[in-house]
Amino acid sequence: MKLIQVIILGLSLGAIYGLIALSFVTIFKGTKVFNLAQGSVMIVGVYVTAQLSGPIGFFGAAAAGILAAALLAAILDRIVALAPRGDHLVLTILTVGLDIILVAETSRLIGTKFVTVGDPWGSQTITLLGATVPVTRVVALVVGLVLIAAFFLVFRKTRFGIRMRASSADPETAALMGISQRSVSLSAWAIGGGMAAVAGIFLAMFPNPGLDSSGHLLAFHAIPAVIIGGLDSSEGAILGGLIVGVTQTVVTSYASSLRFLGEGIGDISPYILMILFLLVRPSGIFGTKELVRV
Amino acid sequence: MSKTSIPDAVDASAVRLARPTSVWTRPLLIAVALVVMAVLPLYLDAQMLKIGSWSMAAAVGAIGLTMLVGTAGQLSLAHAFFAAVGAYGYAFLAAPENGAAWPPALAALGGIVIAAFAGLLFSPVAARLRGLYLGVASLGLVFIGQHLLKNLVPVTGGVNGRSVTPFDIFGFQLSGGSPAFSVAGVPFGAQERMWYLALFSLLVAIYLANGIIKRRPGRAFTMIRDNQAAASALGINVQQYKAAAFVISSAFAGGAGVLTGLAYAYLTPQNFGLGLSINFLAMVLIGGLGSVGGAVVGAVIVTATPLLLASFAAGSNLLAEGGSGGYEAGTVSSILFGALIVILIIVEPGGLARLGQRLWQRVRGAGVTSTKGTP
Repeated sequence: MKLIQVIILGLSLGAIYGLIALSFVTIFKGTKVFNLAQGSVMIVGVYVTAQLSGPIGFFGAAAAGILAAALLAAILDRIVALAPRGDHLVLTILTVGLDIILVAETSRLIGTKFVTVGDPWGSQTITLLGATVPVTRVVALVVGLVLIAAFFLVFRKTRFGIRMRASSADPETAALMGISQRSVSLSAWAIGGGMAAVAGIFLAMFPNPGLDSSGHLLAFHAIPAVIIGGLDSSEGAILGGLIVGVTQTVVTSYASSLRFLGEGIGDISPYILMILFLLVRPSGIFGTKELVRV
Repeated sequence: MSKTSIPDAVDASAVRLARPTSVWTRPLLIAVALVVMAVLPLYLDAQMLKIGSWSMAAAVGAIGLTMLVGTAGQLSLAHAFFAAVGAYGYAFLAAPENGAAWPPALAALGGIVIAAFAGLLFSPVAARLRGLYLGVASLGLVFIGQHLLKNLVPVTGGVNGRSVTPFDIFGFQLSGGSPAFSVAGVPFGAQERMWYLALFSLLVAIYLANGIIKRRPGRAFTMIRDNQAAASALGINVQQYKAAAFVISSAFAGGAGVLTGLAYAYLTPQNFGLGLSINFLAMVLIGGLGSVGGAVVGAVIVTATPLLLASFAAGSNLLAEGGSGGYEAGTVSSILFGALIVILIIVEPGGLARLGQRLWQRVRGAGVTSTKGTP
C-alpha cells in the first residue's frame, strides 16, 4: 500500500474517531459525566438508519437515525439527572447500567446479522493523488471535517455556544446568570448522541462489512483519542482522533511485517499508544491539569 | 456514605447499651451462615453446586474491586484482564505438559502473584490518574489482554483456549474426583470439592479484605478518596497508596481468576472480555461500593441469576430459547442488572449493603424505642 493512500485512509478513520471522541467530550464538558453508554447510543442510530433506509431512502433514514440517537441520549440525560448530583464516578457507573440494558436489547434485535445502512456509494473507489480509496471514506472525511468546523463555529460564535461554554467553565455562576443548566445538559447529550450516530453510520459502510451486535465496542476505540487529546478538550478530541486513526491504519497496513506482534495488532495499537501516552502526559495534549486548591 | 456514618455509629452504640445481648447476634448469624454453607453440598445437585462455586469465585474478585472503587475511589474496568492473568497464570504453571508442572498449590499462588505483578506494571499509570480518568484508561487493558490471550498461543492456547489442571494437595484432588469417597451417603465428586475450595478461598479473601479496609491502609485509601491534598498533608504517600490499592485489587482479581479457571476446568479468551469487567462492576455496585459483604451478595446475584433463569426457563416456556432472537435468559438478566444498577444509584447509592443496614436499624430501632418507653 502506498503511504499517501494509508494517510488518506488514516485521516478519514481519524475524522470518524474524532467525531466519536468529540461526542464523549461534549457530554463530559456539559455534565461532567463520561457516558459509557455512548456505543449503544451510536448503534441505535445505525439500527434506525438501517431499518428505514429501504423505505425512505438513505439520506432520510440517516437523518432519522441521527435524530433517534439524539433523542435517546436526551432520555439518558434525564435518567442520569434523576440520580443525586455530586459524585461523577457514581454517575459514570450509572451509564454502565444503562449500557448493559441497551446492549442486551440491541444485540437481541441485531442477532447474528450485520447491520448495513444501504448508502448510495456502495463499494466504489476513487483515485486521489494517485491513491485508490473508497468513496465512503472520502465522504466520511469531508462530512467529519464539516461537522467539526460547524461545531466549533457554533460554540465560538453563537449565543447558544456561549451559554454552553459558560456552563462548562463554571456551572454555578452560569446558573446565576439565568442559563438553564437543564437545557444545557440536554443539548450536550443530544449533540453528543447525534454526532456518535453520524460516526456510527460511516463505520457501518464499506470497507467495513457493517456493524454486528458487538458494534458498540467500536465507540470504545475512540477512547484512546479522548485520553490522548485530553478529557475536557474539544480540540484535543479531534487531534486525538486523527492520531489514533492514522496510527491504527498505518499499523494495520504494515501488519505483515509486524507478524511477531500477533494477529490484529492494528486494532489494539490505539490502546498501546494511549498507555504510552499516559506515562508521559497523564492529562493529555490539551487537557487541563488537575490543580488542587487547599 | 461517609457523612452518615457518624450518626449511625452513635445509633448502634446506643442500641448496644440498651440491649447488651445484641452483641452476640452478629457472630451467631455468621456461625449459622457458615454451617449452612458447609452442609449445602450434601443437598444440592451438581448444577447448583457449579453455580455456587462460580458465584464464590466471582465474589473473590468483586471484593478486590469494591476495595479499589469503593474504598480508594479509583474506577477500574480492567478487572477482567487481571482475572485472566491469574487464570492463565495458574493454568500454565500447573500444567504437566505445555507448562511449568508446578505443584497446584504453588501454581495457584503463582497465578495470584503474577496478577499482582501485572497490576504493579500498570501502577505507574494507575497511581497518577484519578477515579474517572483511570476507569476510562483501564478499558484499554481489556482489549490488549484479549489480543495477548489470542496470540500468546504457547501459554494461552490461543482462540481455542486451554484446559486447567485440577487442584490437588499431596495427590488429594480438590477440584477433581480422585480419590473417590463419600460423606453420609453422598459421593463427593469434583463439584462438591470445588465448593469447599471456593468457600475456603472466599473466607480467606473476606478476612484479608476486612483486615485491609478496617486498618491503616483502608483508612488511608478512604482519606485519599475524600481529599487527596489533606491525605498528603497528613503524611500519606498518595501515589504509593494508590498504586498499592491497584496491586491489591489485581491480586484479588487474580485469585478470582484461578478459582474460575478451576471451576470451569477450561479457559477461552471470551471468558475474560469487557463483559466480565462490566459484570464485576455490576456486582460491586449492586452490593454497595466499599462493602465486602455487599460485594459477595452482588457477585452471587450477578453470577447466579442468568444461570438460574436459564435452567428455570428450560422447564417452562416463559423465556425464549438461546439464539432464537427473543428474550432469552441472558438478555433478561442483563436488562434486570442494568435496571437494578440504575435504580439503586438513583434511590440508594449505597447499594444493597446500605439498604440492608437501614432495614437492620429499623428492626433494632423499634427495639430501642420500646426500651426507652419502659423506664
